[in-house]
Amino acid sequence: MKRVLANKKAIALFVLPAFVIYTVFVMLPVVWSLYYSLYSGSPGLDWEFVGIDNYISLFSDKNFLRALTVNCKYIIVVTTGQVGLGLVLALMFKFWLKRCKTIIRTLVFFPVVLPTVAVGQLFSKIYEIQPNYGLLNSFLDSIGLSNLVQPWIGQESTALWALCVMDIWVAMGFYSVIYYGALLDIPDDVIEAAKIDGCSGWSLFRRILLPLLRPIVITCLVFSFSGTVKMFESALALTNGGPGGATKSLSMYMYDVSFTYNKVGYGSVIAIVIFLICVGGSMLINRFDVKE
Amino acid sequence: MKKVKSGIRGVIIFLLCVIEVYPLFWMLTASFKQQSEWTEKPAYALNDGFYVENYIDAWTRGHMATFFKNSLICTVVALVFIVVFATTVGFAVTKMNWKWKKAVGRYFTMGIMVPVATALIPLFQIYSKMNLLNTRTCLIITYIAFGLSLSVFLVQGYLRSFPDDIMEAAVIDGCGIYRMMWHIVVPLMKNAIVTVLVLQFFFKWNDLLFSMTFISDSSLKTIQTGLLYFQDEFGGKNWGAIFASVSMSVLPMLVLYTILNRKVIEGMTAGAVKG
Repeated sequence: MKRVLANKKAIALFVLPAFVIYTVFVMLPVVWSLYYSLYSGSPGLDWEFVGIDNYISLFSDKNFLRALTVNCKYIIVVTTGQVGLGLVLALMFKFWLKRCKTIIRTLVFFPVVLPTVAVGQLFSKIYEIQPNYGLLNSFLDSIGLSNLVQPWIGQESTALWALCVMDIWVAMGFYSVIYYGALLDIPDDVIEAAKIDGCSGWSLFRRILLPLLRPIVITCLVFSFSGTVKMFESALALTNGGPGGATKSLSMYMYDVSFTYNKVGYGSVIAIVIFLICVGGSMLINRFDVKE
Repeated sequence: MKKVKSGIRGVIIFLLCVIEVYPLFWMLTASFKQQSEWTEKPAYALNDGFYVENYIDAWTRGHMATFFKNSLICTVVALVFIVVFATTVGFAVTKMNWKWKKAVGRYFTMGIMVPVATALIPLFQIYSKMNLLNTRTCLIITYIAFGLSLSVFLVQGYLRSFPDDIMEAAVIDGCGIYRMMWHIVVPLMKNAIVTVLVLQFFFKWNDLLFSMTFISDSSLKTIQTGLLYFQDEFGGKNWGAIFASVSMSVLPMLVLYTILNRKVIEGMTAGAVKG
């Protein structure tokens, strides 16, 4: 068997094509971005080596700082919302539900499979105020709260929150299913024993369940974090970064800079920043996993 | 007292389900509404009848037919390659004997961390130099390349617990490596392959960033990019057609999910739990 499994030709055939594609189209571009980030202008047009000047000018770029702030707010709210509400949902499934577990799980998971753009279009109609009221406003209107009717995604004060609500709505079911699986893995006698010892409600959760769920909470945090750092599709589909940049994320700003204003070098710096935040943040979250 | 408590719990869970599902239900009813229904009645009202013209409008005038075809071609071709590559690479780095297998395995999974945005600009330059912008080829290549990391990772995880005895028996019976792969390993890996397929199908079908960057020719646009510019084409007023097209783009997901819901949930969450 050893000989068969050490067949050099087969190994080359199995690995090389994928290796080449992966290297050329995923790894190389990342390194290339790093190289681009040291230049100004775009290739063939004012292409000049500027060293770390691009990085320095980030700090005085108001638009960049704004996008960074928006992106950070979004990360914090959406990650907490997705991971937190997912956990709450899973606990409800486990302790409150007696019947219809499968059906409810199926229903709650449903939004996860929808295309982001479709969800964005749907929610933009839910939040709509012109030319006619969307779902939310017409509800508010009909239950007598017409003073709350407002252009939810048309004003700076609410646009980002409206976007967060949408993204939490989409992914909450996903995390709840992951947690639910983990909760089922916790043996019933552990919970029973804790209950006999007088542990219930909050302290049961805090002292028994949460420590046992810790690895999965970390995984969910990393997953949700790396998804929210990339913030692009949903914001583009719902608000297109508006109004006035209130929902413009780092990725969207990078896209504008490099493809609309054609400043490839500067755009690459932002791309590198996104990469660093993503890797750095995930490593930071994973830190909490090791010590026991 | 206990009854009241469980009653309240039931109501909360019911409300949650409504929150998760009602928007979709609303979308479906809205896609059958006529223009006049929007102005005459509140938005939450049910549709008066089934105004199918919305769908016809979206399918023909809105070019949904073209977008559907493009998405389907790109997704399916990319999926075939991803599955083939993921199984062969995954097998080579877990079960075969060679010097660099650990390093190569790690190299492949490293890509899970790479944000798509970071690679976007150089990719655009590469494709523009190769004259591949505005072709399906460049989309398919990108889809394959960015689908590999997670897929290889999942296959690896699955193969680690794959029994060596079966392979041993196959070798003793005179199987070469290729026949063993095709007749023994692949059939036993069906579950892992379905997981990869489901997960990657959702990712590729939902892709927006790549297709909007690399494709500007409207006859090659995929469904997500198409949807995004729908509003411009129909104007903000034709809600019926917009809802019809959104509903259509959701349809493949809906069908797949209803048929395979357990597999889909397993597949989509596998990426997170094992990641």
